[in-house]
Amino acid sequence: MRTTKVPGENNKHRVLMYALSTCGWCKRAKRLLRDNSIEYEYIDVDLCSMEDRERIRRDILSRGGRLSYPTIIVDDTILITSFQEDRIREALEI
Amino acid sequence: MTTLQKVRQRAESDARSRGYYLNPDLQFLENLLEGLKQNEERYDYPSCPCRISSGTFEVDRDIICPCDYRDADVEEYGYCYCALYVRKDVSEGKTPIRPIPERRPREKQERAYAVSAETSTEKLAERTAAFVDKPSEAKMKMWYCKQCGYVCFREEPPYICPICKAKREMFDEIRLKADTRDVA
Repeated sequence: MRTTKVPGENNKHRVLMYALSTCGWCKRAKRLLRDNSIEYEYIDVDLCSMEDRERIRRDILSRGGRLSYPTIIVDDTILITSFQEDRIREALEI
Repeated sequence: MTTLQKVRQRAESDARSRGYYLNPDLQFLENLLEGLKQNEERYDYPSCPCRISSGTFEVDRDIICPCDYRDADVEEYGYCYCALYVRKDVSEGKTPIRPIPERRPREKQERAYAVSAETSTEKLAERTAAFVDKPSEAKMKMWYCKQCGYVCFREEPPYICPICKAKREMFDEIRLKADTRDVA
């Protein structure tokens, strides 16, 4: 599964975002990270192969998440469903 | 070819007909309209930009914009799942827009994945076909609106009648019975 890495000065946390390339909420989440110079990786799930989609589905569900986007995973432990700005800020300490 | 202008006009006209408004955040709105345009170019139908599509019309039918869940979401939260359509108080900035829970049933969401990573290409095609065939063979029913007579053929009745705006409760199933008696 190929992720796109967005460089940033703040690399305190490992951030992975499952997103949709067409989604307004995902764009807003990406902008929040970019504006705060957060280094992160993302995958646009709608552009993935069906095999990768299935892997992502299993990953999200195995972590107790829901199939909504964006789904943000911080340090492999915290999962945030949807663009919950307060929770994202809290997890990333921004 | 679909143009952004066409997508915008369609959304504006639909919002007007229902007494809704479009998202007041112009940048957010632009992103949603662009997403709808991309989906229409990709799948031939404008499925919700904030949900994952399977690419199969029958499977995605309920999330083609305006989606089946819009009216119920606007009624409960003031705006739909992607926040394209909003209520008057929301358009005036009196109610903030935050993500809302997904109303689409999980089993329907799963159909956009629906393939295990080990599945071969042939099996993939078979399973896709199975998902397409299933609704038409087993789950599809005829529904009619008791208020205006509108008839549709789908798994479940719509949340709101697209013609007279009656609620889902006004829909009843049409059960067809073949009469096998001899005609005198």
